[in-house]
This record gives sequence, C-alpha cells and structure tokens, in this order.
Amino acid sequence: MTTMDPTVEDALPETAVEPKGNHAPGMARVCATTGLTVDLTAEKFIKLHAVFAVVFLLLGGIAALLIAMTRWSAVHLLPADWYYRLTTFHGLNMLILWILFMEVAILYFAATALLKTRLASAGLAWAGFVLMAVGAVTLDTMILMGTSDVMMTSYAPLRAHPLFYLSIIFVAVGTLIGVINFFATVYIAKRDKTYSGSVPLVVFGAITAAIIAVVTLGHGAGIMIPTFLWSIEVLPSPDPAVYRLVWWGLGHQSQQVNVAAMVSVWYLLGAITVGAKVLNQGVSRTAFLLYILFINLASAHHLLVDPGVSAGWKIWNTSYAMYLAVLASMIHGYTVPAAVEVALRKQGHDKGLFGWLGAAPWRNPGFSGFFLSLVVFGFLGGITGVTLGTEQINIIAHNTLRIPGHFHTTVVGGTTTAFMALAYYVVPLIFRREFPMRAICRAQPYVFTLGVVILAVGMSFAGSYGVARRHWDVEFTGATHAASFDPSVHIFLGMVGIGGIIAFVGLLMFVIPTVIAVFFGKKIEGKMPAW
Amino acid sequence: MESPLASVAPNWLKAPTGTERAWIGLALLWCVVLTLAMPYWHFKGKQNSTGEAYTVEPAKFAARVQQFVESNKVGEQNGVPIVEPAPGGDAYMQAQMWTFYPILQLKKGQTYRIHLSSLDLQHGWSVMPINMNFQILPGYDHVLTITPTTAGEFPVICNEFCGIGHHQMTGKIIVTE
Repeated sequence: MTTMDPTVEDALPETAVEPKGNHAPGMARVCATTGLTVDLTAEKFIKLHAVFAVVFLLLGGIAALLIAMTRWSAVHLLPADWYYRLTTFHGLNMLILWILFMEVAILYFAATALLKTRLASAGLAWAGFVLMAVGAVTLDTMILMGTSDVMMTSYAPLRAHPLFYLSIIFVAVGTLIGVINFFATVYIAKRDKTYSGSVPLVVFGAITAAIIAVVTLGHGAGIMIPTFLWSIEVLPSPDPAVYRLVWWGLGHQSQQVNVAAMVSVWYLLGAITVGAKVLNQGVSRTAFLLYILFINLASAHHLLVDPGVSAGWKIWNTSYAMYLAVLASMIHGYTVPAAVEVALRKQGHDKGLFGWLGAAPWRNPGFSGFFLSLVVFGFLGGITGVTLGTEQINIIAHNTLRIPGHFHTTVVGGTTTAFMALAYYVVPLIFRREFPMRAICRAQPYVFTLGVVILAVGMSFAGSYGVARRHWDVEFTGATHAASFDPSVHIFLGMVGIGGIIAFVGLLMFVIPTVIAVFFGKKIEGKMPAW
Repeated sequence: MESPLASVAPNWLKAPTGTERAWIGLALLWCVVLTLAMPYWHFKGKQNSTGEAYTVEPAKFAARVQQFVESNKVGEQNGVPIVEPAPGGDAYMQAQMWTFYPILQLKKGQTYRIHLSSLDLQHGWSVMPINMNFQILPGYDHVLTITPTTAGEFPVICNEFCGIGHHQMTGKIIVTE
C-alpha cells in the first residue's frame, strides 16, 4: 500500500455545517491525514506526556526482564534484595507511570482534537506535568536507592521512605490536575459550541475514564496521605485492614481507568484503521456508564480471604453489581469487532462467515495491535478475572502467581498493546514523523502478544500449583521447615522466563523504532504514509 | 451510523436490535446466573472464607499463643514446638518475620478453630500442597474453622511480601489419622 487507507477518510466526522473552533489565530493546524483540528498547545503536552510514558515503559520493561529471569527457576538471576526492589520498581513504572502519562496524553487528544477546541489551560497542563514528572523521578530514585522495598501495594505496617509516599502523592495530584484540565476543556468546548449535539463516542469513553480517575485518585489521597504522615511519625500506623480496603480503591480502580481508556482506543483505532462506525450509540455509551456505576466493586476481590470483612460483604461484592461491569466489557467485546466486520463487509470483503477477518489489514500494526489487545483482554483477561473474583476460587488463587497471570493479560496484553498500537498513529499524526524499520513495526504486536501470552499462561499454571507471587525462592532454601512445589512448576516458571524474553524483544521492537521516529524520523509534510 | 470520532445528534439512545440485542440478552442472562451462583455456592459449597475475625493487640495474641503452646505441647521439630490442640478446640498459629509458630498437629476428621495473627507485618498463610490461602493481619485474630480430610504433613508458606527473609518463612501442619 502506498497511499493512505481510503477508509480513514470514512472515519471523519460527517457534520453538514462545520462548527467553528475556538483557537487563537495560529494556535491550531488541520491534520492533512485525518482533517482533525489539532490544538498546538495540546499537541505539545501530548508529545511531552507520550515521551515520558515511553521512557517509563522502557524502564519498567528492563526490570520486567530481570524479574522474569529470576522467577525462571533454572536461571534465578537476581539476588533476593534486587528481586524485591525491581518487583516494586516494575509494578509502579508499568501500572502507574507508563499508563498514567499515556492516559493524560489520550485525554488531551480526545478533548481537543475530537471536540475541535483549544486546551483549557496551558498553566494547568504544565503544573500537572511537572508534578507528575518530579514525583515519578523521585519515586524511581527512592526505589533504586533501596529505601523502599515495599512492593507496589506498600501494605502498612511495612514501611517505606517518606519520599516514596510523597512522590506517589505528587504523581496522583499531577494526574488529577491533568484530569481537571481535561474536564475544563470539555466544558469550554460545550460553552463555545465547537461541536454540535452530543460528544463523540471516543470522547464519551475518555470522560468515563476521567470520572473513574477522580474516584480512584480520591482513594489514593485517602490512604497515601495518612500513610505518608505515619512515615514521618505524625500519625499512628494505619489499620492494616482499612489500608487494604482503601488502597484497593486506588489499586484496582486505576485499572478500570485503563479499561475505559483502552476501550476508547479500540473504538478510535477501529475508526482510523478500517473506518469502523458505531453500531448503536446508546448501547456503547450505556456500557461505558456501567463501568462508572459498578466497576469500583471489583476492588473487593482483593479482600476475599481477608479477616474482618464478612461473608455477606464478600458475596454481595462478588455477585450482582460486579457482573454489571462484566456485562459492559461483554458489550464492548461484541460491538467493537462487529463494527470492524460491518466496515470491512461494506468495503466488499464479504466472503463467507469470516472473509472480512482474513481481509483485515493485519500488516498495519495500528490494527493488529488493537485487535490482539481486544482478543487477549477479552478472552484471557476476562475469563481469568471473573474466575479469580469468585469467593471460593479466590481461596486457591489469592497471592499466587495466578493473580499476575491474570493482570498481565489485561494490563499488558490488553491496555499496553492497545496503547502501543495507538502510538503507530500518534507518532506520524502528532509528532509528524515517519516510522523507520516498518517491517519490524508490522511484526511487533505479534511478537509482544506472543511473549505476554506465554508469560501469563506460565504464571497462571505455576500459580495453580500454589507458587506465590512476589517470592524469590521456590526451593525455600534455608527455611526452618522444608517446603517445595510439584516439580512441574519448573516448566511453567520456564514459560515465564521465555515468555518474558519474547515480550521484552517485542517491547524493544516498539521502543526503538518509536524513539528513532520521534527524534530522527523523516518529517511528514502532507498525509502520513499508509501502514 | 456515525464514526466514533464524530459528535452525534442528541437523540442517540435507541434500543439495540438484531444480533446485538440477542448478544446483550445472552450476556445479561449469563451475568444473572453467575450472580445467583455466588450466594448459592456459599451455602452449597464446603469451603468458604467467612472472614470471622476479632481485633487483638499483637502482645496479647502472643501471650495466648504461648499459653496454648505450654498447655498442649507434644514434641519438637527443628526447634519449633509441635502442639496438639484438643479435638474440636481452638488452635493458634502466629506469624512473625520470618516464622510460623508453632507446628500444629491435628486429627483427621476433627473440626478446629484456627486463630491466625501477626506480631509485625502482613503475612500470607498458604497451605501446601492443597494450595489454600488466607490473609494474616497484625491486630486481627483471623479465625478459620477447618476440618482436615487427609492425613500427612502440610507445609505452610508465606505468600505476602514481608521483607527480605520472606521466601524463607515457612511453617507446618501435621494431620494424623
């Protein structure tokens, strides 16, 4: 393919009367490829956040490789202290830093480009970004200095350096400022009538993510501030049960921000890669609404074998409402591929039941990444998540490797793969730079997904034999009482290692072309070259 | 149909039709079935986490454990007392960086109330090879009502990170015929 996919034009807004933007003169450009109006201030911040996101992804990825090489029992690479240190580092860089920086970039893009408005405040954007960046750098420094080997969860009364908590508070407040800036941008778009009717579906999804983010960050402040005050000996130790309850309001819910953002990215990439349209606005929007109303209850799944929360509380939170959130994912899991099918059939790929699927642009990493994300998240992530959230099954899964086995299919195979796929459009459209090494880019989603799936399956099976997560030695060398696992766990831990290597190669296949493109790529003047 | 990137007329709320409607119906039905399965299995199934717990100061819990050990000790292994509680009675196991104390010796088919708590950090109580996992928190006496159904030795491992010696933290339960 040498020209832009014709389908991209199909994805464009079809408003009869073009609404006026509200940009100051010279502060916006019209994208030659998509026709969207890009606010130049927002563009700068999208770039800043995206670059930082990729840096933290790479840092977290290096830690991931070293951890996987340690869990692979035949290799057992790191000493115990560095294993625990890098596990803490990996969790926070991946789940907090990479994802939050990327999400703020997505929020700024969705609000300004899709609503044809300027960014509400450059000052707020700077404030949020600086807070996040200072917090992130401090956080990583404190962990690598060995002052805070407490895991991402930092369960009190396990105590980290005060700056560990303070830097997380900085990142959270910085993100919150970005979210407020996003809401303000949506508000001025409505006030200035830069769009007509209801916001586009992708913006609706972004608003969903932002609303859940506010609730999430509220929980974060609710637990991190008292914990910080305890670490500087102003307050007594937080109650460990209360800590777990409130912390998971942050810890699990932040992953629901990812889900909402990821589903929005699915709709976005479906539209720009194959021209997918929304089958039923009401259905898709109601599904997003279900996330806001019910997803917070999934936080309860972390407490299913805890003391102090009653059986009634556990049953309540594992049944009715949690399934309404599952329903939301089941709906998106239908509407997104169905929209792709309808679009491809309309383009003439109408042979048989799955002819459209064969004709899909599998060589376009923006499409393949998005579709693989959908499949891995929906099948592996969804099935393992619902299973582990069962009151009784949780007894045989709690704190075993089955848990990271689950969330590596959701957050890595799902969210990270989708965000990588998005980058194959962000770099040419926002940075206006051409990707080098295009053959590597085309293969990247497949290699990365393959690695993540092998890793996650290895983790899940090892966990089902009882192998603990966050644990350095499956042989229990030097323990008072001997303990060991079924010998077959070594095969599964080997899968963790090999899957980890393949996923890391897939990560480099993403990071290296992206970094080269952003800093040295050929400048794109007109339309972006088609994938 | 509109692009997901385009704003839409406000009257977008329309009932789903065709296969989309059928799919939502099926998914909803499945959700209802699972919703009902949760409480059903709690009463029908034999293994639940009831979360029964009482607040307890770590020092007081340690004293109870010591008293339990002194009155029921039947032996020693690796320097750790083996303690056999009265059938149907209370048993105590304390978690502390990085040991479980003492070794419990239980009789198959008898029901016990096992009290778990920690003197310092959060710990995990993971019984191998049956792979049953419960959380231990300082300040909480977590009571598990259990009936061993198989004789043998069951290592207990810690599966909540508790510092640099975490991977050496083990304990033991012995079940006799």
